[in-house]
Amino acid sequence: MVGYVLRRLLSAIPTVFIIVTLAFFMIRIAPGGPFDLERPLDPLIMENINRAYNLDKPLWQQYLLYLGNLAQGDLGPSFTRRDFSVMDLFRTGLPVSIQLGAMALSLALIVGTALGALAALRQNTWIDYMVVGTATLGITIPPFVIAPVLSLFFGVMLGWLPAGGWGGGQFRYLVLPVATLALPQIAIIARLTRGATIEALRSNHVRTARAYGLPTRVVVVTHALRAAMLPVVSYLGPTAAALLTGSVVVETIFGIPGIGRYFVQGALGRDYTLVMGTVIVIAVFVVIFNLIVDILYAWLDPRVRYD
Amino acid sequence: MRDPILKVRDLKVEFGTNDGPVYAVKGIDLDVMPGETVAIVGESGSGKSQTMMAIMGLLAGNGRADGSAQYRGKEIIGLSDRALNRIRGEKITMIFQEPMTSLDPLYKIGRQLSEPIIHHGKLKRSEVRPRIIELLKLVGLPDPERRIDAYPHELSGGQRQRVMIAMALANDPDILIADEPTTALDVTIQAQILELLADLQKRLGMAIVFITHDLGIVRRFADRVYVMQKGEVVETNDAEVLFTAPAHPYTQMLLAAEPTGTKAPPPPTAPVLLEGRDVAVTFRVGGGFLKGPAIDLKAVDRISLQLRQGQTIGIVGESGSGKSTLGRALLRLAPSKGAVRFQGKDISHADREAMRPLRHEMQLVFQDPFGSLSPRMTVGQIVTEGLLVHEPHLTRRERDARAIEALAEVGLDPLMRNRYPHEFSGGQRQRIAIARAMILKPKIVVLDEPTSALDRSVQKQIVDLLRDLQKAHDLAYLFISHDLAVVRAMADHIIVMKEGRIVEEGATAEIFDHPREAYTQALMAAAVDQTRFRRSA
Amino acid sequence: MTETISAHSELDYRQSRSLGQDAWLRLRRNKAAVVSMIVLIALALTGIFGPMLSPHPYDRIYPQYVRAPASFEAYPRADDITPAFESAIERGRVTIGEITIEGQTARALISNDEPIDDRITRYVDRSDLFSNARIENLSADGLSAEMVADVQRLRFLFGTDANGRDVLTRTMIGIRISLAIGLLASLMALVLGVTYGAVAGYLGGRVDNVMMRFVDILYSLPFIFFVILLVVFFGRSFVLIFIAIGCTEWLDMARIVRGQTLTIKRQEYVEAAQAMGVTSWGILRRHVIPNTLGPVIVFVTLLVPKAILLESLLSFLGLGVQPPLTSLGLLISDGAANMRGASWLLIYPAVTLTIILFALNFLGDGLRDALDPKDR
Repeated sequence: MVGYVLRRLLSAIPTVFIIVTLAFFMIRIAPGGPFDLERPLDPLIMENINRAYNLDKPLWQQYLLYLGNLAQGDLGPSFTRRDFSVMDLFRTGLPVSIQLGAMALSLALIVGTALGALAALRQNTWIDYMVVGTATLGITIPPFVIAPVLSLFFGVMLGWLPAGGWGGGQFRYLVLPVATLALPQIAIIARLTRGATIEALRSNHVRTARAYGLPTRVVVVTHALRAAMLPVVSYLGPTAAALLTGSVVVETIFGIPGIGRYFVQGALGRDYTLVMGTVIVIAVFVVIFNLIVDILYAWLDPRVRYD
Repeated sequence: MRDPILKVRDLKVEFGTNDGPVYAVKGIDLDVMPGETVAIVGESGSGKSQTMMAIMGLLAGNGRADGSAQYRGKEIIGLSDRALNRIRGEKITMIFQEPMTSLDPLYKIGRQLSEPIIHHGKLKRSEVRPRIIELLKLVGLPDPERRIDAYPHELSGGQRQRVMIAMALANDPDILIADEPTTALDVTIQAQILELLADLQKRLGMAIVFITHDLGIVRRFADRVYVMQKGEVVETNDAEVLFTAPAHPYTQMLLAAEPTGTKAPPPPTAPVLLEGRDVAVTFRVGGGFLKGPAIDLKAVDRISLQLRQGQTIGIVGESGSGKSTLGRALLRLAPSKGAVRFQGKDISHADREAMRPLRHEMQLVFQDPFGSLSPRMTVGQIVTEGLLVHEPHLTRRERDARAIEALAEVGLDPLMRNRYPHEFSGGQRQRIAIARAMILKPKIVVLDEPTSALDRSVQKQIVDLLRDLQKAHDLAYLFISHDLAVVRAMADHIIVMKEGRIVEEGATAEIFDHPREAYTQALMAAAVDQTRFRRSA
Repeated sequence: MTETISAHSELDYRQSRSLGQDAWLRLRRNKAAVVSMIVLIALALTGIFGPMLSPHPYDRIYPQYVRAPASFEAYPRADDITPAFESAIERGRVTIGEITIEGQTARALISNDEPIDDRITRYVDRSDLFSNARIENLSADGLSAEMVADVQRLRFLFGTDANGRDVLTRTMIGIRISLAIGLLASLMALVLGVTYGAVAGYLGGRVDNVMMRFVDILYSLPFIFFVILLVVFFGRSFVLIFIAIGCTEWLDMARIVRGQTLTIKRQEYVEAAQAMGVTSWGILRRHVIPNTLGPVIVFVTLLVPKAILLESLLSFLGLGVQPPLTSLGLLISDGAANMRGASWLLIYPAVTLTIILFALNFLGDGLRDALDPKDR
């Protein structure tokens, strides 16, 4: 098991390396630079700035320098947010994004699987139609509609909850953003669970369990639902990575100081180091969560072995 | 006379489908006496399985059962799941055809065996383990103390079926329903399982309802037989009477369906078409980046053979013996070592391009008539696909004429060539597959279990067709099969394979009448023996 | 040959149906899917022809009607017209009787002590609201008459936006752009993904490994990364946006098709084709690709809404189509910004988008059920 984890992490290094390289050159080839303002700076000042940030060196040297710093855990200074290193930004922003994402993920997992299983067990009844209808709605309404509507309704019209802001992570401030993040995931997980449960209920081993007179509860919980969790677990890997690394929409609309915004802002402002940092964080999360999912999967399904 | 333990009257099963209701069982009567063995015999689609599914309350969601089935005088059709659960799994148990999927892959077999015992209140969870080990011993699973903690995928098909039987016996049932329990298993394993069932019945005294399409098993196993056709019982009688004096024409047809006749060997002057020398195929398993060393699996281990014009070599063996792989290696469809010669020309190293012009001379027909025809092409397109490669100069009209000719030759109405494969029955599809091979006018045809997926009566027709085609075109066949009755009728020379090697080979009569090797003897015994299991046990 | 004959006569009773026709019949029985299909066709027609039929060009700005709420009533309202008409006519120094407003014309009974000079129509024409003013029904003595003028009355069923543009027309343009981007992006993902996936799956082995590893790597790069870079390189344009979305969405398609191909490759009909010496390309074209179509079609119907959503996300981030051209996403993000006080700006585009996505989802579900071989 430990060996397996180590092997997997080791084999992820080349993947992350390729991603870093790709991202580095792609963003650098893009026209424009971090210090292009509406009115061009004095060439002399520009030269000084470029020298200070090593932007005057050939691209391959910059690449090697970046890799060298990266190996020492240094993501470099942010170009657009002076006085902050990229590491500083992550140190304050990442916990916020993770807290928000983790809450949304747990909520989505619990509510989504419960609703999906319920719909599958009551297939073709009004409960099923309700769940499927609501889930379809949840998938179809984009988060940037949900977010302002929730904020308007609960924040402005009813005044029950703050319409935006972080408030130091107080629960009141978390409710709306977590709901916005969780709703589409609840919908997707509910649909996945429903489909997988229906399939599992039709399988031969469930027929065996029924043929042996096992109570419905046992047939459903031990024999159908566990099998139905397998596709949900596979789905969770990339989803967890995406949720925990922040959402640009939710953070923008609710004004939350997470790291989801940095990517778009960094790319638009040519904040090279910030973009690279975000890419690396996302890639690392993807690698880690794929690993966790594989381990979970092998634990749930004895046919899968670590190999 | 005693009262029947299970009394079925006017049982009907219907399924609601998009094309309207389908009546699978059309009002049948059936009795099971305590301790007797009843066989329900019929070909696929006769409704024999659905009858038992209805009694067990296991019909698919769109199925509905009507009529009456009484277990010891208690009506069980239309019972709620909760009430039915007091009977099924305790008084009536069932084993299924699919040993690979009937057990839950996510739980250890010990746990799955314990569930019916615990939920029917026989034992507590803490006391159940010794009973399970006892059951596993009873069904002859080797090393039960260790196997109790195995997952289903760690067992072979035969072992899984033993576990299912153990589960069926766990609560000392009155009736055990066995739905084609051996169909998915190799012949020698089949024989073991049947022997086990017969033996257990003698010791434990439950009634067995045996659902099968295989008359050989019925003859050796059942006291009474119900013959079903298209949802109705057409004949019922004691087994011995039924086999000696079948009354209904359908029963007579089933009994006469065993392929008969023998094949004379070709004259010794017949030219050798295909020759394999030390043919070996190895598969590499595992390995890869940071995954440790790969293991080489020898699927075919240095096999030599000669196939002459007009000859049929039967290749016999159980699943995993490498017989199909050998067939593909000889056609250069699987990478192999050793030498392969076709009409004296060495093709061991011929690549795809070099093989292409030769392909039409060596064709292949598969086991699965459903998987071997592309579902999105019409029969005409399927049959003429090879002509696109080998006779590209033909016009559409000429290809069509050839398709008509080929379909007529295999006994299909050429008017059907614009239909799609899913509209045809298994036997018809196999004819289409044969037409696809024959249209290219091959010299050699490798037949890979061409009759195994078919009902007996259809099997016989396909065997006759293949023999007619062989006579008409002086074809050479490589006939791969695990079904010895068919091989006996088709082949003049037999190769018995096990684990990639030849165990024994020789003329057909020689192998059947005087098998030398123990493995061949076991195979023959399992396939041809007609003594009843109960008495031999 | 008894079996052949009996089965044949059975076959003759019904029409031959291919798998596709079978699926179509099943789909037609699915009410939700049929309704969705009709809704989608209706919306597509609206998107294509609506803007042409609409009285308002989508980029026409009406400075006098900024943020006019959605209503069936025409602008200017009757209550606003009467006083305006009155004050315009008053300048001609005539006595004004009853004023009636019917549709696009306003009428006023006028009378005077002297004969009415028809030059007073000028005063009316001078007003922004009226045009083509004329005198009608002049009495024989010339002392009384009717002043008639055309009023340009505009209806904004969905209201107007913060610039005074008609939201209905803009929504129709939005439907057009969003559907077009959804379809084109899906088409692109389809072509790329099917080809890539089929090749990887069919060739298998090392080639497959390398090709799928590449897909995995692209997966780990955030979607927005590509789009932003593409936008930066080439500027924001309609073509670019669907290319960018297509470029990211083909990854899923490639995976699905590869999985399917691996399954199909093991099917005996492929081996039969190999045994007949059919070339790899022939096998891909005649066997592999047609047989992957079922799941692919289903996936495309789910891809279209995904592409539309992605486009809206881009628009929301300010990376989508350029104003005055618009898309549903852009309209929604405008609406979200003006939500307080001008809720119609959010509601109509959001409802339209939701209807489209809903219909596409139901259609996709219906197709999946219709094509599912397990049902057979």
